[in-house]
Amino acid sequence: MAPDSLQAAKTPDTRSPLLRPNLFTGVIGLAIGYIIGVWIGRRVGTHLDWVSAIDQNDVSVLLGYSLGTIGYIAGLGLLDYPFRRLLGQRPVDVVKKDTGAWRYLTVSTDHKVIGMQYLWGIGVFFFIAGLNAMLIRTNLLRPSPPIFSPGQYLTIVGLHGSMMVMMVSSIILGPFGHYLVPLMIGARRMAFPRMEALTFWLTPLSGVVLMSAISYGGFPTGWTGYPPLALQANAGMDAYIFAFFLVAVAMILNAINLMVTIITMRAPGLSWNRLPIFVWSMLATTVLMLLGAPVLVAGLLMMTLDRTSGTNFFVAGAGGSPFLFENLFWFFGHPEVYILALPGFGIVLEILPVFARKPLWGYRLAVSGLLGVALLSFMVWQHHLFVSGINSNLRPFYMLTTELISVPTGFVFLAGMGTLWRARIRYSVPMLFCLAFFFNFLIGGLSGVFLSDVPSDVSLHGSYFVMAHFHYTIMGGLIFAFFGGFYYWLPKMNGLQLNERLAKIHFWTMFVFFNSTFLPLFALGLMGMPRRVSTYAPHLQFLNDWVSVSAFALGISMLVFLVNLAYSYGIVRIPADANPWQSRGLEWQVPTPVPLENFDEVPTILAGPYEYGDANAPPVARLGPILPAVAGD
Amino acid sequence: MTTDNTEPAPDLRRVGVVWLVLSVIGVLLVIFALGPHIPPGSATAQAHEQHKANVIISAILTPIAIGLLVYFAYALTVFRQRGDVIEDGPPIHGNSRLQGAWLIGTVTVVLFLAAYGTYALYATESSAAGAGGGQGATLISAAPAGALQVQVVSQQWQFTFRYPQYGGVETTQLALPLNRTVVFHVTSLDVIHSFWAYQLGVKVDAVPGADNVADVTPHKLGTFNVRCAELCGVWHGAMATTGLVLSPSAFSSWIAQQRVKNAPATRHLPPYHSVYYPDPIERAG
Repeated sequence: MAPDSLQAAKTPDTRSPLLRPNLFTGVIGLAIGYIIGVWIGRRVGTHLDWVSAIDQNDVSVLLGYSLGTIGYIAGLGLLDYPFRRLLGQRPVDVVKKDTGAWRYLTVSTDHKVIGMQYLWGIGVFFFIAGLNAMLIRTNLLRPSPPIFSPGQYLTIVGLHGSMMVMMVSSIILGPFGHYLVPLMIGARRMAFPRMEALTFWLTPLSGVVLMSAISYGGFPTGWTGYPPLALQANAGMDAYIFAFFLVAVAMILNAINLMVTIITMRAPGLSWNRLPIFVWSMLATTVLMLLGAPVLVAGLLMMTLDRTSGTNFFVAGAGGSPFLFENLFWFFGHPEVYILALPGFGIVLEILPVFARKPLWGYRLAVSGLLGVALLSFMVWQHHLFVSGINSNLRPFYMLTTELISVPTGFVFLAGMGTLWRARIRYSVPMLFCLAFFFNFLIGGLSGVFLSDVPSDVSLHGSYFVMAHFHYTIMGGLIFAFFGGFYYWLPKMNGLQLNERLAKIHFWTMFVFFNSTFLPLFALGLMGMPRRVSTYAPHLQFLNDWVSVSAFALGISMLVFLVNLAYSYGIVRIPADANPWQSRGLEWQVPTPVPLENFDEVPTILAGPYEYGDANAPPVARLGPILPAVAGD
Repeated sequence: MTTDNTEPAPDLRRVGVVWLVLSVIGVLLVIFALGPHIPPGSATAQAHEQHKANVIISAILTPIAIGLLVYFAYALTVFRQRGDVIEDGPPIHGNSRLQGAWLIGTVTVVLFLAAYGTYALYATESSAAGAGGGQGATLISAAPAGALQVQVVSQQWQFTFRYPQYGGVETTQLALPLNRTVVFHVTSLDVIHSFWAYQLGVKVDAVPGADNVADVTPHKLGTFNVRCAELCGVWHGAMATTGLVLSPSAFSSWIAQQRVKNAPATRHLPPYHSVYYPDPIERAG
């Protein structure tokens, strides 16, 4: 433990909650910073000839966002600690002991509060992005004329894609990673709690910045943001750039925090071969985020300079190249899709043994599968560029590496299938979502083989086939795993039961209409429908209408979920047992609600979390006092 | 806990037989029922190769998918919990022989797919039967002498086509002669587009400052659809045209007609070049 002089004062803040820094003071800081930034940008920008040549001042927009972010962070009180340090004062740690709903609107360093903040925060963006998908499908009900103007349509598509990829990419790592990793490894907190709070608070800001693109007329590039289109676009593009930048920064900080926590803060006895597979998946994900996100930041910075400072990184004919951004983007972008997929693998393999009442089959195989996917995912990015005109003799290499990824992914499947062998399967709702994950990911994964093969990809690249493929892996994989995790862990996280009948209705409608929505998209892609078009050939109308109606039904299945939340959490409020699934996981051995410091004493891990069926297996941990008190603390 | 007596003995042989029967049916259906309808057809040698690749991969993946689904269906019915009392299954932690076999099996399939893909790419990307995808600045293997050079000039939001061997004439209509190798030189004047000639099996990104080359040999008369396959701005969805494959004599008279018709415009075009750099990009909506 650190010497006392370095410890923050733990005395509770006696100010009224309304006077303490909170979301609203953050918003005030955001507004002040934004106004100052825009003002400086207008003073500076109008003297730059490349700014005066166009009617929008990107310098002022981006300065507004930048200073607004600083104002927001300051308003939230996240700067108190470092500034008090700098001024030589004894820092006051941000409030941790608050209870009640108010703490969710203030900066908290409790990983459990942050997990819940992530859950509801990202949930809001998931539903906004989902509503955008409904608008897309509404537009595609008829081949032409489009319902929305082409610019509106592209903005809706871009917001749907960007919001899903930016905010929702943390839909598992954010809520479950933050809430559960310390509990699963027997720690009381994350390694860097203030940084943890910062990563959360950047997420809703990034969502708001992204949506502010609408006020500048939107952006035309979709989530990929390719220049020169992105250089040509109006100031809505700056919102995209800045939102993605905030997400990338949050990813890097999150990665460092989780990685350090997992490596250094495991309880005694929690050896690597006892680590829950979900924690392994978080570790593999942090590797991807730590190595991928900086490359994205570099690409976005170059784009910012191209747009504001007259550089030509991506301008062909002026020394730059659009290929540069494509490579930087996909060097991040392909690991990003595994940032989406790996937590899903982790949840599924974590939940499967509990409802199969068997040990996780092939634990080491599963771990090597996760790490293998993480490693290989940095070597495949040019399969997004097979027809782009990059050196064509590189294509066999990327074809091989891309197809090799199916080997470690196969390990995950084999581990899941082995766990089911001679099991005692209980079809509880979390289990249903996990089993649906395997079905969906099987289709998603196998359809990817076509896209990895260059001759096939020539016929499929850029078509709805690709779109169907990644929705099967991301929505069918990540989102199904997320709901599995939601139904599994929420009884622990907020101490309330969810209505099982509504949950089953949610599952079955979601599973049926998900497949009914996305399976026909493979056919549409094969029939030649390109992505991101607002009009299409008349003979494709029947399938498009089928997809749209299914998509609306899928949207209604999400309403069933919301109704369940309102009913179970708002009306009946039945307390959940401490361990309703009879799981061996360490996170289930603590009381519900989870105490502030998680564990009275640091637990000693005695066995792995999946030793079902072994009568001689010791309990997963000894939770009593075992360590001598550290002197001087 | 011990396994109880009511557990049915796992019967892998039955699973195997079901898998085998379903796989044979599935593969036959994929090849003979679905296969002829799998795009992009056989209007060109390249499209035919892509069609073949799509069918072969489908046929390889079908037994894999069926195998997994049969296993899941079996496990989920047979190994379910019976009764209300929660009991544990046997503590099986793995099976190294099975894991090894799985590893060898998946690696074999993957290596075969990669080898086949590479073979299809190189064995066919000759002047006779390329894969039609953008190959960068030069073709992997040289096109035959006498191949028709067509430059595809992409801009927001239309394709125009320049025929350097015919006085550099630029047309808005794409016409190609039958049975003569065509080398597309795809470039862009503004943002990234993608030249997708669906029935020809051609998809080539149009990148400003880059000359992206693909070759194709049409074997069927008739029309084909051209669409932009890379998001290029608000009218991306409307960036489409219809191309024609003509008999050699019809093509000769068509191109002669175009040269006469477009002569006034051709005089004002910049000299034919592999790439063009228009004035710096202006902001558009």
